Amino acid sequence: MNKSLAEKFYYYMKLGREFELRAKEEYMKGNIGGFLHLAIGEEGTHVGAILGFGNGEFFVHYRDHVYAIARGIPTKFLMAELFGKITGISKGKGGSMHFYSSSFNFYGGNAIVGAHIPHAVGLAYAKKYLGKSDGVMVAFGDGATNSGNFYESLNLAAVYQVPLLFFCENNNYAIGTRIDRVSAFKDLYKKAKDYMPAVQVDGMDVFEVYKAVSLAKEYIQQEGKPYFIEALTYRYEPHSMSDSGDYRSARELKLAQERDPIDNLLKKALKEGLLTKEFVEEVDKKVEMEIEEAVEFAINSKEPDLEELYKDIFCED
Amino acid sequence: MLYRDALKKAMDDLMEIDDTIVLLGEDIGFYGGNYRVTDGLFAKYGEKRVIDTPIAENSIVGNAIGMALGGLRPIAEIMTSNFSLLAYDQIVNHLAKIRYMSGGDLCIPLTIRMPQGVAKQLAAQHSQSFERIFASIPGLKVFTASDSITAYYGLKQAILSDDPVIFLEHILLYSQDFPFYEIDNFDITKQRVIKNGENITLVSYLKMLHDSLQAVKEVEKVLGITVEVIELTSLSPLNLDLVYESVKKTKRLVVVSEEPKTGSFTSEIITKVMENCFYYLDGPPLRITAEDTPISYNRNLELFSIPTPDKIATKIINWGREHGL
Repeated sequence: MNKSLAEKFYYYMKLGREFELRAKEEYMKGNIGGFLHLAIGEEGTHVGAILGFGNGEFFVHYRDHVYAIARGIPTKFLMAELFGKITGISKGKGGSMHFYSSSFNFYGGNAIVGAHIPHAVGLAYAKKYLGKSDGVMVAFGDGATNSGNFYESLNLAAVYQVPLLFFCENNNYAIGTRIDRVSAFKDLYKKAKDYMPAVQVDGMDVFEVYKAVSLAKEYIQQEGKPYFIEALTYRYEPHSMSDSGDYRSARELKLAQERDPIDNLLKKALKEGLLTKEFVEEVDKKVEMEIEEAVEFAINSKEPDLEELYKDIFCED
Repeated sequence: MLYRDALKKAMDDLMEIDDTIVLLGEDIGFYGGNYRVTDGLFAKYGEKRVIDTPIAENSIVGNAIGMALGGLRPIAEIMTSNFSLLAYDQIVNHLAKIRYMSGGDLCIPLTIRMPQGVAKQLAAQHSQSFERIFASIPGLKVFTASDSITAYYGLKQAILSDDPVIFLEHILLYSQDFPFYEIDNFDITKQRVIKNGENITLVSYLKMLHDSLQAVKEVEKVLGITVEVIELTSLSPLNLDLVYESVKKTKRLVVVSEEPKTGSFTSEIITKVMENCFYYLDGPPLRITAEDTPISYNRNLELFSIPTPDKIATKIINWGREHGL
């Protein structure tokens, strides 16, 4: 880890966390509706993956806020999307679960568990065919690894030999069901290792995730073949805002929070002189302002015209 | 030109000029296609463009969505519409929704071809028709090909469309030889008048169109009337202007399809005609469909469950007599 990397890690993780804490608050106030899935506690996994991967197309599930933030999509467009406004990244038609932006190579935002993995295989095929691939990454949760989509995709990525990184964020719970109760393997990377190289990393350590993803990226680009990473992480919040979370013990949560990815980074980086207290204070202030501006932007933005209902169904209208 | 050759020619002609067009499906490449529609394309374009997939319909459509997002113009073949149910999530939750959920950011120029309908003793899992379940999903276009003209020009239009198209073929039409001629400005969404007539408007598509045309000869002879026959080439978007115009003239409507009756696409056609032409009608519409049963293996039961030219004729004649023709 070097100074500039540590600074980026801190900025995006902090921005991601504050964005979500504020989103939670706005949800409670009724400004945000629907399902809101927070990734608080998982920032090391999300930020490490996106920064480690660099350029290239990215597909993700519905817990997509922090990934989008790390991709560099301005938070005001994301907050406006949560508020359902026309200025949102998906024009207020997608909401929390459906952030899309082709200009950021960000392909959703998909809310059917595991069903976006075949899209990533197909896109990786297309890019390889067209001879212009930076590599493709698809993120999915532990729950998705029990689905047919997952196994079909492991097989086809290996058959087609496409440059695709399978990135599994294992937060140990498929909604409210602990993964080892419904999966034959506790170590999920073992499901992939007969198809492609597969490793497990500590997802609470942003640098470990970053390192593993950077190496994987090099591999898929040079070899033109798929690769698999399982990042062990934990979400502090329930599955979504409408879930009580009482299927987990307070002790289990506390143990995870003791390994908090942001605290973890701060401790290490301050000690090694990669971050300074001044820098951290400055970032905290900057993040606070940015979130404030994002909320203000969302509040002041217009609702979509009712005519919008009929737009964006087809390209050729 | 054989119907299957017209389909192949549509793909071949476009593949020659656009190398972003790729095909994928089960047995479509080396094997030549279960119904030989893609025969020869593997040799001509190679395995990167004519992709043999495993038997995994969900991934065929899921991968094709990704290919389309990645700058290709894929054509997926589902061996028969019966197997499309394995890809139903990909078709409904993804293919039909991604553009909308992305606020218009993304386009998915994907055509999914599939044959449907009753062939001969293929039993309940290989004999179904599903236009009702595709045509009722916002975000999908649904075209039908009933002869070599619609097969060629319609499929070309589907492939060139930047939107998702479900392209329905009929399993018994592949080996049929239909007239083929050049047409300028073909537009599959406009529907087609196949035959002019004065006393009944008959609406149909796919194989039932041909069975109906046979039946119409008998009906016209027995009742001493003429029947106007309209082919629906596009079930979504569903433009019925030609049908309304015709019904206002003939004052009678018959719709024929191979789906089981309850909730079949005939219901939608009739509802729209009732909404738009109610006061022009001289009697209730007639709906001729398959029975509300699974299709049987036994040949007698199979034929008993679906419309045939004889049955279509008898039903129209009885209905006509009952209602003043």
